[in-house]
Amino acid sequence: MKWFDYECPRTVEAAVGLLSAPGRKVRALAGGTDLLVQLRAGRREADLVVDIKEIRELNELRLDSTGLTIGAAVPCYRIYNDPAIARAYPGLIDAVSLIGGTQIQGRASLGGNLANAAPSADAVPVLIALGARCLMAGPAGARSLAVEDFCVAPGRNALAPGELLVSIHIAAPASGSGAAYLRFIPRNEMDIAVVGAGASVVLDGNVFAEARIALASVAPTPLFAAQAGDSLIGKPVGEASINAAAEIAKAAAKPITDMRGTAEYRRHLCGVMTRRALTRAIARAKETN
Amino acid sequence: MSAKAYSVIGTRPIRHDGADKVTGRALYGADFTAAGLLHGAILRSPHAHARIKRIDISRALAYPGVKAVITSADFPEAAERTVDMGEGDTPLSYARGNVLAIDKALYRGHAVAAVAAASLHVAEEAAALIEVEYEPLGCVLTAPEAMLETAPQLHEGKSNLASQFQHVLGDAAKGFAEADVVVEREFNTATVHQGYIEPHNATALWNNDGRVHIWCSTQGSFVVRDCTAIILDIPVSQVKVTPMEIGGGFGGKIPVYLEPVAALLSKKTGRPVKIVMTRKDCFEATGPTPGSFMRVKIGAMKDGRITAAQAYLAFEAGAYPGAMVGPAGMTVFAAYDIPNAVIDGFDVVVNKPSTAAYRAPGAPNAAFATESVIDELAQKLGIDPLEFRLKNAAKEGTRRVDGPKFRRIGCVEVLEAMKNHPHYSAPLGGPNRGRGVAIGFWFNVGLQSSATLNVNADGTVNLVEGSTDIGGTRTSIAMQAAEVLGIPVADVNPSVVDTDTVGFTAVTGGSRTTFATGWAAYEAAQDVVRQMKERAAKLWEIDATAVSFDAGVFTSGERKLTFKELADRLPATGGPIVGRATVNPPGVGGSFAGNIVDVEVDPETGKTSILRFTAVQDVGKAIHPSYVEGQIQGGSVQGIGWALNEEYYMGADGTMMNSSFLDYRMPTALDLPMIDTCIVEVANPGHPFGVRGVGEANIVPPTPAIANAIQRATGVRMTRLPMSPPAIMEALWRESSSQRSSGN
Repeated sequence: MKWFDYECPRTVEAAVGLLSAPGRKVRALAGGTDLLVQLRAGRREADLVVDIKEIRELNELRLDSTGLTIGAAVPCYRIYNDPAIARAYPGLIDAVSLIGGTQIQGRASLGGNLANAAPSADAVPVLIALGARCLMAGPAGARSLAVEDFCVAPGRNALAPGELLVSIHIAAPASGSGAAYLRFIPRNEMDIAVVGAGASVVLDGNVFAEARIALASVAPTPLFAAQAGDSLIGKPVGEASINAAAEIAKAAAKPITDMRGTAEYRRHLCGVMTRRALTRAIARAKETN
Repeated sequence: MSAKAYSVIGTRPIRHDGADKVTGRALYGADFTAAGLLHGAILRSPHAHARIKRIDISRALAYPGVKAVITSADFPEAAERTVDMGEGDTPLSYARGNVLAIDKALYRGHAVAAVAAASLHVAEEAAALIEVEYEPLGCVLTAPEAMLETAPQLHEGKSNLASQFQHVLGDAAKGFAEADVVVEREFNTATVHQGYIEPHNATALWNNDGRVHIWCSTQGSFVVRDCTAIILDIPVSQVKVTPMEIGGGFGGKIPVYLEPVAALLSKKTGRPVKIVMTRKDCFEATGPTPGSFMRVKIGAMKDGRITAAQAYLAFEAGAYPGAMVGPAGMTVFAAYDIPNAVIDGFDVVVNKPSTAAYRAPGAPNAAFATESVIDELAQKLGIDPLEFRLKNAAKEGTRRVDGPKFRRIGCVEVLEAMKNHPHYSAPLGGPNRGRGVAIGFWFNVGLQSSATLNVNADGTVNLVEGSTDIGGTRTSIAMQAAEVLGIPVADVNPSVVDTDTVGFTAVTGGSRTTFATGWAAYEAAQDVVRQMKERAAKLWEIDATAVSFDAGVFTSGERKLTFKELADRLPATGGPIVGRATVNPPGVGGSFAGNIVDVEVDPETGKTSILRFTAVQDVGKAIHPSYVEGQIQGGSVQGIGWALNEEYYMGADGTMMNSSFLDYRMPTALDLPMIDTCIVEVANPGHPFGVRGVGEANIVPPTPAIANAIQRATGVRMTRLPMSPPAIMEALWRESSSQRSSGN
């Protein structure tokens, strides 16, 4: 591994200043569970690593009437260990409890999982399904972006030079809502999603009032299968509507063949996992009703 | 013999090296350090097959902190000749070439040059500055392709088919003509790695007196000594190897990779040089087990008697000849009494890392083929799969197709234990589930071992031996000495020492250590008893033949001395006692193992869950039953990984795409049920305590047992390993489309 400089700013402004350093390869470090591995393997390079764990806003974890705010450096364990959050967002908990093993979850952050922009990121489909937004700060000020617009290519996100992901915001769950994330892996742990599916539904009695579906590992970025979710709206909950949505999600997928599965197999799994994630989201929605 | 009452054998004492290992104090190879230590890094070929036209090390040498850079040109001049690297005759250029490429890179990851520097980071940076001009050549990755005349040739002027053999018994054509049912299938198995947790490592110091001292993690310190001496063209007496603790080997830590390189770097710098592989290095540049293409055909009569069998075994050797196809030929039909058979074996070089041993090498591949065909035959004949096997099981006196006649073996006893096990008759309890069975054989080896026992005044003994301890062998060897001496095993203090300090001892492999080094300890203890009887005789002023020894007490009439009492009187009766023994035992006992496996296959994803797994093995005599169970469980788990997910996933250019434990999917604890073990003890008449080797036979049956279970769960017969979720899903799709097209 090549040497790099290390800075640990205390404020968003200071971090943005360091990240804007001209002519340097700068990377933000939260838990480091992706970055350090990539630096060691030579997959990413950095002259300067900016540790963002000491910045107050990036460590905020707040549940209030507007919803849930998760600072970009908040490690997974803090999210699933909060009983109120776990009750309100079980779909999110599905994802954060899957990222790495227990020790990794002590460090790995939801923000890092998103900013790393891997097509297989476990947290991203459910964030998209939940309609989450990214709050960013940069030299030009603050802005926000829907999560589905944040990842732009494998390993590349929408952050402009000098810009920092500050937090992720998820709206308060509507009554009759439920969400779920499921992934398929050949083993039962320690693996990367061959296909992941996040689903969020709002039920009005036995009819879909809202539905959003997103997929992991089937396109260059986490895939928002908007049409699959839209197809459910106004339809009664049942096998026919679920299967139809799963077929649309399957058609939206653009998987590749690699060591984790063939394109054909992945496309097939899109249907299976969408159906299973929807079924679980619906069951949760019915529980909260 | 198993019924004999022992006081130590068959108990489960705490292991002697336990405290060091659970506290983290045990020193493994990577822990070694020394004053002035340099760190080595290796530059590896990015091409699977390329001519090396030019290597320019000047920029690397000039890099600050770099002390030396070497290539294969730094090997001392030596005429090409045939050498014995422990697996038979090999050209010296092959032995050297796998350590540092000579003229050609033959696989991706092939070592091309090495750097020694003050820090690892500097060494790595400098290695990247070495300029190598390659002429990339076409690569060939499977045995059937490499055997084509049009295939790229790895070794100039030599066929990729390095060698072949044929075993014939009876008249196969006549046997197949007599058969009522014949099943013939083709099978493919992927290249898989042993996956030991500790990467390869070596530190070498080429001392000013010309002696080379090596500290490394190895299954055989004398193998490292001898192979390093051969490669560096120096006498064996000039090399001393100190084995460090070893974090798993499974056959993969027998060859040398780093030791000669570290030694050459040390020679150039005058300082000790340490090299440690990364996991990627281990996958790309150490010996996995061969991928294989096999065709097996077996015929049987309606009454279930097998009349004939035929096997075609083409194994991938990797870059240099020596695929473990020989053992595959020895084991492929070994479980059965078959009157007519032909076995053809082919050793084929391909552009993958040079293969090495992996736990019963060759046998799991062969068993996957044979036991799948046996299962299908049983189904076609409508006979219970265990009854079918019992009807044809090999027994004492059965002649193997490759020649030897079995002595007393436990094949029938293993099958009976499976049949009588409650698992075999338990309900499966759900849809998409299936139960499979299979058996497997490994012949085990003997080879040379040495041991000495030094008697201490307090009645304890120090056991000095040379078998590096992978599976608790310090204790299983010490227990055999303790049994003879009639003392508690805690009073035997075993040490695994360097090659200057103990007599020649062959590799910890072939399931030989508890058998052969245990036997040496047994003989050394007998030597102690004989000498101590003389001391007692001296004290009692009688003839030594009048002294009896039993359960740790020397007696003659009314007179008696315990082992401890007599040990205290050695100085006064003639001085210290050292018991010593060397053995090269002939009485090796092969081991049979069998599995009963329940699986559930998700019909929508193709994922197989192992619901229940029972592993039965004839171990002869379980010296330390916990370690025997551990071996059975470990072999089973590796077999499960091989069956379900493990494979070298190769790009067309010969790059292994999944060279990490994230993507090379070995099973985790969450993927496995408790592996239920069942020890069968059919004593080996060739060992004083009846020991058979236990380390290997257990990895042989899992792949076919799981394939047979999947067949019963899904109706689909898998003939390719791994039986991963996508592979099963594709087989299910093929099956359903063929059923549709046939109008079913």
